[in-house]
Amino acid sequence: MKESSGSSGLRTYVLTRLALALPTVLILLTVVFLLMRVAPGDPITAALGARLPAKELEKRKEEAGYDKPIISQYGEYLGQVVTLDLGESVTDNRSVTSILAENGSATLELTVAAFMITLLVGVPLGLMAGRYRDGPWDVGGRLYGIIIYAFPVFFLGFLFQLLASQFGWPTSGRASPLVEYDLDSITNFYVIDTLLQGDWSAFWDVLQHLFLPAFVLGLTISGVLIRLIRVNLLQTMRGDYVEAARARGVSERRVVINHAFRNAMVPVVTVAGLQFAILLGGAVLTEETFNWPGIGSELVRYLNQRDYIAVQGIVTVFAVAVVIVSLLIDLVNAFIDPRVRYR
Amino acid sequence: MSAHEDDPILDVRDLRVWYGTGGDPVRAVDGVSFQIGRGETLGLVGESGCGKSTLGRGVLGLLPDAAAVTGSVRFDGRELVGAPAAEVRDLRGPELGLIFQEPMTRLDPLQTIEAHFREALNTHRPELGKEEVRRRSLEALAGMGIPRTRFGQYPHEFSGGMRQRIMIALALVLEPKVLVADEPTTALDVIVEAQILGILADLRRNFDTAILLVTHNLGIVAEACNRVAVMYAGEIVEEGDARELFAEPAHPYTRELLRATISLETTGLNYIPGAPPSLIDPPPACRFHPRCPSAMRVCADLHPIEVRAPAGQRVSCWLHGPEGQIPAGGREPLERREFAEAEEA
Amino acid sequence: MRQRRLSRWLAPLRETTGVSRWMFWAGVVIVAFFVVLAVFAPLLAPYGFDQVSDAGVRFPKQGSPDGTHPFGTTVGNYDVLSRVIWGARTAIEVVVLAVVFSLAIGVPLGLFSGYVGGRADRVLVLIMDALFAFPYILLAIVIAFLLSDKLGQGVVTAAVAITAVYVPQYFRVVRNHVISVREEPYVDAARALGAPRRTIVSRYVLQNVIQSVPALATLNAADAILTLAALGFLGYGIQPTDAAEWGYDLQRAIDDAGAGIWWTGLFPGLAIVALVTGFTLLGEGLNDVINPLIRARSTAKPEMPGRTGGEGEEAILSLDPAPGTDRPRGP
Repeated sequence: MKESSGSSGLRTYVLTRLALALPTVLILLTVVFLLMRVAPGDPITAALGARLPAKELEKRKEEAGYDKPIISQYGEYLGQVVTLDLGESVTDNRSVTSILAENGSATLELTVAAFMITLLVGVPLGLMAGRYRDGPWDVGGRLYGIIIYAFPVFFLGFLFQLLASQFGWPTSGRASPLVEYDLDSITNFYVIDTLLQGDWSAFWDVLQHLFLPAFVLGLTISGVLIRLIRVNLLQTMRGDYVEAARARGVSERRVVINHAFRNAMVPVVTVAGLQFAILLGGAVLTEETFNWPGIGSELVRYLNQRDYIAVQGIVTVFAVAVVIVSLLIDLVNAFIDPRVRYR
Repeated sequence: MSAHEDDPILDVRDLRVWYGTGGDPVRAVDGVSFQIGRGETLGLVGESGCGKSTLGRGVLGLLPDAAAVTGSVRFDGRELVGAPAAEVRDLRGPELGLIFQEPMTRLDPLQTIEAHFREALNTHRPELGKEEVRRRSLEALAGMGIPRTRFGQYPHEFSGGMRQRIMIALALVLEPKVLVADEPTTALDVIVEAQILGILADLRRNFDTAILLVTHNLGIVAEACNRVAVMYAGEIVEEGDARELFAEPAHPYTRELLRATISLETTGLNYIPGAPPSLIDPPPACRFHPRCPSAMRVCADLHPIEVRAPAGQRVSCWLHGPEGQIPAGGREPLERREFAEAEEA
Repeated sequence: MRQRRLSRWLAPLRETTGVSRWMFWAGVVIVAFFVVLAVFAPLLAPYGFDQVSDAGVRFPKQGSPDGTHPFGTTVGNYDVLSRVIWGARTAIEVVVLAVVFSLAIGVPLGLFSGYVGGRADRVLVLIMDALFAFPYILLAIVIAFLLSDKLGQGVVTAAVAITAVYVPQYFRVVRNHVISVREEPYVDAARALGAPRRTIVSRYVLQNVIQSVPALATLNAADAILTLAALGFLGYGIQPTDAAEWGYDLQRAIDDAGAGIWWTGLFPGLAIVALVTGFTLLGEGLNDVINPLIRARSTAKPEMPGRTGGEGEEAILSLDPAPGTDRPRGP
């Protein structure tokens, strides 16, 4: 009986949350669309104007529908998003979907690895800082949080590259050229692909290449996580239920782990969803720093070439990814926190 | 003093609890002594901010790091002040229980009621098996009128009154010998209040539990307590048998507090002029003298001495002497202006 | 009494523990140092930010630090020390502009949305939340990219791009604060007394809300330095001929790392780290002052004067002075 009421509450919650995500996606898409139209001239001329004769430009514009009124262009754009077909880049005729498949996997591999580093560093340090307020862990953790936050990814990357060049550790790309040449792209995640092939030396090579960018990106985000966990833990540590547990003689260790920490994690998980957007932004910079062939460095390349279609497609993907992640985070929260399901 | 055949289960002497603030300390509890016998209920009354809650927590050693404690708290002959933290912690729960004012926030929102009981019992009765833990928990809950079907639910699925009953069950499942109840009914409506008071009365009768009932509600004290202690600005100003004390209050503050109580016979509203004093910088001598309608000159000069009032209670007020200690002219009424200036200084 | 009142606003600063206070003052010193660099850059920098030769002699390319170029020279023959000093000026200019722009847009919008409520509020919140969810670097790049054709790649373009990132934050904070203040009993009371809406907004709501702005603005300034550097690093910031910018210099230095050339990246990088740290420390300090919940109060136990005289006897029986008559009195 309890089970059924719980899961139906959860189902309602999921549905409402999904319904709420739709307007956010729509607004983001509109913002992206409008931003791209604010740009002077049409996408075809911007990208190819200098290279093609006027007649050819007109023809291409007509093909792409840039002579139509803005409203119908907007409708077409939304249609494209719904059908998951975001068009083709103007400069090199790659479909946005294939850009996503080839470069998106590199970005995902990087961000997932970076996020693991963030958790590994941030959670224990944040816990110790919040637990032993004003002690050495707290002071050290806070200072680390503030200083690491002040490091731009690319500067930290620069420093690690200086260091790595002393040891011959790779600082560029996803794998050594030979390894990459031999690799069958099954999932496009190199770590998984090399494992599937059972090629251990290739796997080690890929891990080596992944480590520095992921480590640098992960470290820069970890500062925020430490501060977040610390503040929330400080607040839950003085929670009424924490005092009540102490009044029942529960050991301090158990009070901290079972009550204070678990409750502190609820807002942390929520904010971690917002961090994902920052992680994506950081990924763009990290990819540029380490020549990581991700979707971020593709975006910068297409921006430089004024290829609006490709830019629009990639930015759209980023926007949708952010909304999907925040949706997932909320669902995770609903599992952790029984109150959410009933709201 | 009180005619109890046994030694008191809880014996508090000259307890002081001061909080550090960076500036001058807050003297939340300042030299308080009282005893509670087995199966006895002592009511602790006073206005908000007079140190009642600090006193209740001080008994359990549940004070923040910034609190300094001196004096003596003896539980069943064991000294708690200055005892190792782990030792006091082991007493909390099975020996000393605490129930709180606001039941809404006292249960961990992420854990089921079952998890709360399991934690409490596993901490203090690790020898109990899973089934026994469950049996005892359900029994304690049933005693509070919480049906077993709700054992697996989360705190937010219960009303305030039910949560308070769960909190009490959670305290009682460990069978404490002393229960400190800190305004247990303040946040609840009258009907639930009556239920909770009934539960506390049963407890005293059936389990010989000693209760320290902290409240600002004199009606509750009259109903539920054998004895009552009146607290003002960190000090106990009067203490004695509940019935006698209410019939014949000796301290002007108790008198004013009783007069301010609203009942069916109330024709007009009475209140005590002024506000409870700062605990950082309390008035000198008798702390009540700036608000006292019967203040005398001596009250502003010397701290009162505890004496036994005619009705048998102990009281700290110069009105009751001792005569020999009052300087000449000390019984002259205190002029209002004088202390108005004294307060300003 | 009067003295007490005078120093009341400083009280929170005094109440904070050693660490917080130390952090706050460290922030003040660091930020002040960079402001001095920015203001007196023409006097302090040995060369101009785009100078590649002196007295007809061209600077060396990637020259290591020596007497004439204490921080070395870059691949573009610039003097690193001069670029770092002039970069402080650029950073401070952009940050001040960006913070002023964001405040000018975000605060009134937040006040309006929070106080008026209703449908306008809901629409604004949806839009701002959507923008807030967007990866901020992307937003800044796209806007800088779009503006670059009209405004060129200078200080104003960078400041506007950064503004777009922070407006949603000010909006959020101010709006949420307004909503909580609006429900406060004293504002309710003012409304019940018939105070006009403008008075309520300006006297009660704004004055309360404005308290949280300094800390937020300072913390955003820290973030803005990073965004500016990121823009420069990606090539959408300030062009090297317009002004010196640390992020751009770092981008040019990345390829040096493999060759073991450390000075081209290290110094501008350290400048970013130092200035961001300074702003963060300052902002955290202000936060401590404003938000007493987070503020660590002194947790030292107070000194308790010892008691004299024997105790343990029930004073009541002997009519002796009760325990505590000899207690210390307040001043």
